[in-house]
Amino acid sequence: MKKQVTLKINNVPVTVDEGTRVLDAARAAGFDIPTLCYLKDITNEGSCRVCVVEIKGMRNLAASCSTTVREGMEVFTNTPKVKKSRKTTIELLLSNHEKKCLSCVRNGNCELSKLSQEYGCDPVAYEGATKKYVLDDDNPYLVRDNNKCILCRRCVAVCNKVQGVGVIGANGRGFNTHIGCAFERPLHTVPCVACGQCINVCPVGALTERDNTKEVLDAIADPEKYVIVGTAPSVRVAVGEEFGYPIGSDVEGKMVSAIKALGVEKVFDVDMAADMTIMEEGTEFLSRLRDPNACLPMITSCSPGWIRYIEYYYPELIGHLSTCKSPQQMFGAIMKTYYAEKCKIDPAKIVVVAVMPCTAKKFERTRDHQSAAGYPDIDIVLTTRELAKLLKSQGIDLAAMPNGQFDDPVGLGSSAGLLFGATGGVMEAALRTVYEKVTGQEPPSIDFKAVRGTKGIKTAVVDMNGTKVKVAVAHTLANAKVIMEQIKNGTSDYQFVEIMTCPGGCVNGGGQPIHSAKVLNTTDVKTLRAKAIYKSDKKANLRKSHENPVVKKLYAEYFGEPNSHKAHEILHTSYTKRTKFE
Amino acid sequence: MKTLQELQQIRDRMKGCLCNRAMAGEFEPADATVKYHILVCGGTGCTSGNSKTITEELKAAIDANGLTSDVKLIMTGCFGLCAKGPIVVVYPDGSFYQHVKPEDAREIVEEHIKNGRPVERLLHSEKDADGAHKAINETSFYKSQRRVVLRNCGLIDPENIDEYLARDGYKAYEKALTSMTQLEVIDEIKKSGLRGRGGGGFPTGTKWEFAHNSVSDVKYVVCNADEGDPGAFMDRSVLEGDPHTVIEAMMIAGYAIGAEKGYIYVRAEYPIAVHRLEVAIGQARAYGILGDNAMGLGKKFDIELRLGAGAFVCGEETALLQSTEGKRGEPRQRPPFPAVKGLFGQPTLINNVETYGNITQIILNGADWFASMGTEKSKGTKVFALGGKIINTGLVEIPMGTTLRTIIEEIGGGVPGGKKFKAAQTGGPSGGCIPASLIDTKIDYDNLIAIGSMMGSGGLIVMDEDNCMVDIAKFFLEFTVDESCGKCTPCRIGNKRLYEMLDKVTKGTATMEDLDKMEELCYYIKENSLCGLGQTAPNPVLSTLRYFREEYIAHVRDKKCPAGVCKALVSYKINADKCVGCTLCKRNCPVNAISGELKQTHVIDPQKCIKCGACIARCPKGAIEK
Repeated sequence: MKKQVTLKINNVPVTVDEGTRVLDAARAAGFDIPTLCYLKDITNEGSCRVCVVEIKGMRNLAASCSTTVREGMEVFTNTPKVKKSRKTTIELLLSNHEKKCLSCVRNGNCELSKLSQEYGCDPVAYEGATKKYVLDDDNPYLVRDNNKCILCRRCVAVCNKVQGVGVIGANGRGFNTHIGCAFERPLHTVPCVACGQCINVCPVGALTERDNTKEVLDAIADPEKYVIVGTAPSVRVAVGEEFGYPIGSDVEGKMVSAIKALGVEKVFDVDMAADMTIMEEGTEFLSRLRDPNACLPMITSCSPGWIRYIEYYYPELIGHLSTCKSPQQMFGAIMKTYYAEKCKIDPAKIVVVAVMPCTAKKFERTRDHQSAAGYPDIDIVLTTRELAKLLKSQGIDLAAMPNGQFDDPVGLGSSAGLLFGATGGVMEAALRTVYEKVTGQEPPSIDFKAVRGTKGIKTAVVDMNGTKVKVAVAHTLANAKVIMEQIKNGTSDYQFVEIMTCPGGCVNGGGQPIHSAKVLNTTDVKTLRAKAIYKSDKKANLRKSHENPVVKKLYAEYFGEPNSHKAHEILHTSYTKRTKFE
Repeated sequence: MKTLQELQQIRDRMKGCLCNRAMAGEFEPADATVKYHILVCGGTGCTSGNSKTITEELKAAIDANGLTSDVKLIMTGCFGLCAKGPIVVVYPDGSFYQHVKPEDAREIVEEHIKNGRPVERLLHSEKDADGAHKAINETSFYKSQRRVVLRNCGLIDPENIDEYLARDGYKAYEKALTSMTQLEVIDEIKKSGLRGRGGGGFPTGTKWEFAHNSVSDVKYVVCNADEGDPGAFMDRSVLEGDPHTVIEAMMIAGYAIGAEKGYIYVRAEYPIAVHRLEVAIGQARAYGILGDNAMGLGKKFDIELRLGAGAFVCGEETALLQSTEGKRGEPRQRPPFPAVKGLFGQPTLINNVETYGNITQIILNGADWFASMGTEKSKGTKVFALGGKIINTGLVEIPMGTTLRTIIEEIGGGVPGGKKFKAAQTGGPSGGCIPASLIDTKIDYDNLIAIGSMMGSGGLIVMDEDNCMVDIAKFFLEFTVDESCGKCTPCRIGNKRLYEMLDKVTKGTATMEDLDKMEELCYYIKENSLCGLGQTAPNPVLSTLRYFREEYIAHVRDKKCPAGVCKALVSYKINADKCVGCTLCKRNCPVNAISGELKQTHVIDPQKCIKCGACIARCPKGAIEK
């Protein structure tokens, strides 16, 4: 047990572990302190000064996020001086903040606005010069609007510390300080991986995904177009949050109905494509495993942020990547080939909309070799947030929707495909299938729990009747880097590696509903959403990809067998070495 | 690698050589093999005044006159009296030549050296009772000074380690390692009462003790040479004039806290200081003074230079450490203090140049000697860079407790042009304005804080009646706004808004409520900012509001700038009684705002006038009034 320290918060004695932040000690005592720049376990630079408190004996106010407790400390969190200081800090932030709040995408979910209201701030208390910045919106996935940025630097911390990418930082100094890339380059000319984690931690509307909702409405309104929507596994366990559901609610049925209410032709489950990925990737893995000259470990290729990362940072290791397209791209490819042929629809008229927990998917659809039918596999990518926005804009109340079902004939996905939403899920789904392919029998348990959970790097050895397969699962790119370095310096003995870009996997992707730091600091959002997925998996009847009747039908009617020539043409892709600062 | 014995031999040999330089005082009269020593100031000021060429010309003249073996010619660090530069001093008589030009070199050599007749027209004007020109150390500028930190500046050749050795160089390190334990060294510094000269005034010995007590295999000693206050050049002068004293002090610190590596973080804008540090470190390594077995005394110590890119905030210790690590120079929250977690996450001792400048003397002469100088809580001396409206602009070192009056009137020679002394700013942009009424304040850390200013690193800017105090506050705040790193809200935006309010005052558009709001914002910024830069930024505003509030009120209520500085509040008029119609003003007005015929009263069109002051400067009759 850690050494205990007793202090007083507003005259209330509290005992906490040595090394605890005053902020956490105060919260433990029931006194909330507002924060802006602080993110639990990620950053506590004490730069915003919103969390200041009075500490007896200290000349100045102290930032409670970056001050640790001392025995006998006397802290005051709510004195008039503290309240006044916080109010002034917020008012100063407002004085250099573009206050287009009425139509801001973060209206209703803005930490600055909430604090302003709580502290009764006058938005024009301090008037003066304001900085004007040009938007950084030359990329297909993200828009940075520095006019709204309050320089909390949470985005910088996440990009640097969580992802180890670090393409953004503070430029300029003093009043001219702003967040940007090296040499003021726009994001699309630096090795940004498009993960969107920066958006998820932005307290205001300075970072948003590129909005593609209008294109969807235009397509629906166009009588010539045949609009198909596919939803990724982790959308259903998160989109409810935008409609008042608690974090971790699975609203699959309501989501399907809501999307249908938009007036689209079909709503399919991308889980089906995830099953196809397992078939293709599993088969590819087996053939690599049996080939003494093959490049091992084989690494998964579902996470487009990760693909960009390896292309920028470890291009020499691209050979380790599975050549399988991601489930999103397989989904689009199947729609425009098999489905178009089967339903006799001109693929040129099909608009495939993918609803994803991800911003990098918006980039992925623009990659080369992603047009199986001669048209882009995917036409529009929406994030989970955009889906919610779209539904709201059309007056569709998800909560009031009946429980619907994905459409036939390709709507059915196995719960193995659903697992793709959580870190370790691809590996688990693959093991369920690969085990049977290798041994010809069912594994003792299809719950491969060793690869579940949010530990940064998970490893396991799976004994398949004597064939021992060592696997590793990593999420966040900082963890991916550890594995890549091991592969690079020859200390890796893994055969199969799953890498997901975002912390916790897709459930916590850069396109998922945003929660304030206050929620993030007290709630493990990614675990709650993953729980919903595992719960669904547990009660599902169809839990293995290779048993999915849709998958069987696709191979029987169209692809022949996994990794066939046709499968390669339609469901596989290639990668490219990228230069960091083009 | 030199042995201790060899180093001592160098000291003995060089002492004989240096004995001619009278200002050192402690030498026995010369066994002068060399008759004359000519010292040319090689500080930044005099260098920009061409002192390198002067040295070359002197050398040529010496050689041409066959005096090569009679004269030793060296370039030294700063003499201090920058207003009179370029400075050349000739020993043994201490003749003090000022404003020397390259073309004067021949005359100095031929008249003074060859014929024994000092060149009167170039000598410093002060004379003694007998009408003879005073030697350099007797002039009023130097007389009241006590040069401890600057003891070698203007005396030795900073690029010659042997001259430093002659001044008991590296003897303090030898003494510490051969006769003192680590704790005894720290204790000596503690007993001396030395406080940090970088601004905060934290007790140096205590800081060393903290770093000593931190347990770690790797520790660092860092020298903060990122001097950045406008008008301050104390540290630069020490590094330019006596780089080894800093190196030796860092070695002693390394021994005391258990560090083997030192970093000197010096501004890249100090090229001479950087060069001399490089030379000094190179020479110290060549002598085995720095290295794996420093001076053969069994400890390892070496020093690396880090060049700063000119960010003022990097003078703040945590920002300096960030920058030294190659990161963006931004402060971080303390604690943990650097002594616990500093450079590369290791315990780090960080002191500024002037603080280190005292260390060898404390070790050699003892804590009691040091503590005998100064006031109760501020021991030793302090170096000030004297600037602004003062005759003797330059660098001075005075015992703590000297009054502002002594510095300004005696050492500084007073305010030029017969103008009235109005205020002095100490502590640079972090300090405050001290009004004339407090001129008898004894300067030490605590007194300066009590009157709303601070010691700071040692800039001392003198203002006269022509300075507008609002404008002064605005000047310093503009500096801080520009130099804020932008990390924390109060400093980044608060200071900007404060500056904008001050700007309103100087334009006459502020209200009395604005003054209250300004004051409130000042206290907010002080209490809420992350680092020392923000916490002290409002000081110039607060201190001028405290002592010159009526001047602010004049701007706000009467729309007048009493000093006639704030353009928006000043209008130029021609006094018809004084104007003789000479047309000079009209011809020199850049915007044709002045009309009038020859020998008739001229008139200024206020619509056109840009208040540049060209007319005032030209009018022979003083007829143009603000």
